[in-house]
Amino acid sequence: VSAVGREERVLQIIETARSKPPRFRDEQLTLAHGAGGKATRALIEGLLVPALRSPALEALDDAGAVHVAGLGLALTTDSFVVKPLRFPGGSIGELAVNGTVNDLAVAGARPLALSLSLILEEGLAAEVLRAEVEAIARAAAAAGVEIVAGDTKVVERGAADGMYVTTSGIGVSDPRASVGPDRLAPGDAVLVSGPVGEHGTAIMFARNEFELDAEIESDTRSLWPAVDALLEAAGQDVHCMRDATRGGVASVLNELARASRVSVAVREADVPVSPVVHAAAELLGIDPLYVANEGKLVACVAPQAADEALAALRSVAGCERAAVIGEVRSEPPTMVLVETSFGGRRVMDELVGDPLPRIC
Amino acid sequence: MKFVDEFRDAELGRVVAGEIAAALEPGRHYKVMEVCGGHTHSIYKYGIDDLLPDHLELVHGPGCPVCVIPMGRVDDGITVALTDGVIFTCFGDMLRVPGSQHTLLEAKARGADVRMVYSPLDALRIARSNPEREVVFFAIGFETTAPSTALTLKRAKAEGIKNFSCICNHVTIVPPLRALLESPDLRLDGFIGPGHVCTVVGGRPFEFIPADYGRPVVISGFEPLDLLQSILMILRQLEQGRCEVENQYTRVVPRDGNLRALEVMAEVFELRPHFEWRGLGFISQSALRLSAAYRDFDAELRFEVPGVRVADPKACQCGEVLKGVIKPWECKVFGTACTPEHAIGTCMVSPEGACAAYYNYGRYAREKEAV
Repeated sequence: VSAVGREERVLQIIETARSKPPRFRDEQLTLAHGAGGKATRALIEGLLVPALRSPALEALDDAGAVHVAGLGLALTTDSFVVKPLRFPGGSIGELAVNGTVNDLAVAGARPLALSLSLILEEGLAAEVLRAEVEAIARAAAAAGVEIVAGDTKVVERGAADGMYVTTSGIGVSDPRASVGPDRLAPGDAVLVSGPVGEHGTAIMFARNEFELDAEIESDTRSLWPAVDALLEAAGQDVHCMRDATRGGVASVLNELARASRVSVAVREADVPVSPVVHAAAELLGIDPLYVANEGKLVACVAPQAADEALAALRSVAGCERAAVIGEVRSEPPTMVLVETSFGGRRVMDELVGDPLPRIC
Repeated sequence: MKFVDEFRDAELGRVVAGEIAAALEPGRHYKVMEVCGGHTHSIYKYGIDDLLPDHLELVHGPGCPVCVIPMGRVDDGITVALTDGVIFTCFGDMLRVPGSQHTLLEAKARGADVRMVYSPLDALRIARSNPEREVVFFAIGFETTAPSTALTLKRAKAEGIKNFSCICNHVTIVPPLRALLESPDLRLDGFIGPGHVCTVVGGRPFEFIPADYGRPVVISGFEPLDLLQSILMILRQLEQGRCEVENQYTRVVPRDGNLRALEVMAEVFELRPHFEWRGLGFISQSALRLSAAYRDFDAELRFEVPGVRVADPKACQCGEVLKGVIKPWECKVFGTACTPEHAIGTCMVSPEGACAAYYNYGRYAREKEAV
């Protein structure tokens, strides 16, 4: 066999292995399974989806579609275990509301109502709980959703870390929206709704592990106003939206590239990053594109509507620094490529694990 | 950012890349090794290899301190980490390196108290605030990180901290380079010298490379322009028939290194007669252990460690890949027994290792060539 033939055969083996659904083969759960990278994907696509099969689940979107008597609904759920409970710019209560609202919003659904489940650790100060309940109420009012059901459990000291919050949300599909990874098309512009990496950076500083001080706040906010503006400006030309939380913008783009078998090209120089996040990332050797956000969406928009979509986004409070950061291409499928600000190109891969556990 | 952006000027980068292309002899295939994992990271991060002509190839060297730790040492660490009452501390990237059975991350899932630290001083701080627990630091790294471990141990000794100890896996860069250079089938034209190591040891320890093996060395910084300039300096040496150690990273690397750091290292460490490197086998006098004066802080003596050598699988050919003799895909286990999810060799362990990079991006690279 010629050398070229052998190399081709090896590449073929790799390609076959990569295109198989990931298998969940670990003996025990590690924090990597919660970090949003490859191990998380193995857990979801290798264990949960095969066991619980449903078309909505298999779509692996941020919210699942439910059709009732001709009405399109979206249903989603999310748990919050952030440490510390309060951090500059927000707290676990606000995250719990905004996170679920945002999963509905990016699925093109207007958020209607949430349920709230609290797991509380024995010994938690009532004052802390009261503050979080107030934060939940405020965030729900700001996002225009009602809390319509709830549950509380108290577990022994040590069995939880202060408090964990789970919210589920229901929304109604917006008639202007037609979004999903299957609608991605080569040529689509990739937009991000503002500077990336602020939530993750704020949490790192709040933990004080680095003994650094910096003025940086979490970006937690409802994304419905941004989605509303995008749909109003570009309607069905908005092909797909994602909430860039755990794993950051890079992970979201990898998910989309893989789901739609397209390629995404990102221009690093066009990605908005605040100076503090840039400096922190530089110091710690991390890439802001992998750092979590709690109020930033990624939208893929047909090229002819990209300008209006960007202008509409920028008119929304908190999205003034929205930007077009790249585009969807056909080759090489399933890969995200970055044109670095130095002028080179590299592959922006899925995370293998996260050095920063539990940030949302 | 001031003093950083200047070294990332894309316009200047294009100019230097053009000069590099012009300095290459047509028809000749060049291989230059960047010794240090930090350089590999920069090359990857900025897409530098993408700016270089196809017939100039960068070969990733043995300078990733995490991936060269053999399985047996990881197993020792895991045994200590699982000992009752121990708080086990290490750098984050060590957590995912496989031992014969598990990683430290998996040991943590099984109940070990494994904590990620950013500096050995953080580990010492944990020891101070947990006097009833044994705190162990899994020390890794070349001469770059060894001084900070040494300083930490000096401080622990001065403060009389009894519940702190260290599994010393510090390695030195010259012996593996010599081992690579001794190989008769080596195909490298020059070396990008490890800037951070040289900050400590200076440039002299590398003079044997041009003197004995006739290969140029340019000590390089870590910004993209540093690397491009260093590559150009190597090519200029080849072009002009010179062969010496040159220092591109003059803003940081003094000729004689950091004498204070070397003193502290000499006090706290001594050479091990042998040390095993993942993928390279045993190399004489290539690693450090704690000196007699610091033996009380040696976790390998304080705890029962298996100390069992776990052989690299015979089929693994990392050594050949590192020497540039074979391509990753020519290795017998590549892509089958050895994958990023279940890595066997050092080149697959690190996401920036030659094999992992090829596994993930090989097809893309080939398509690019075809275009």
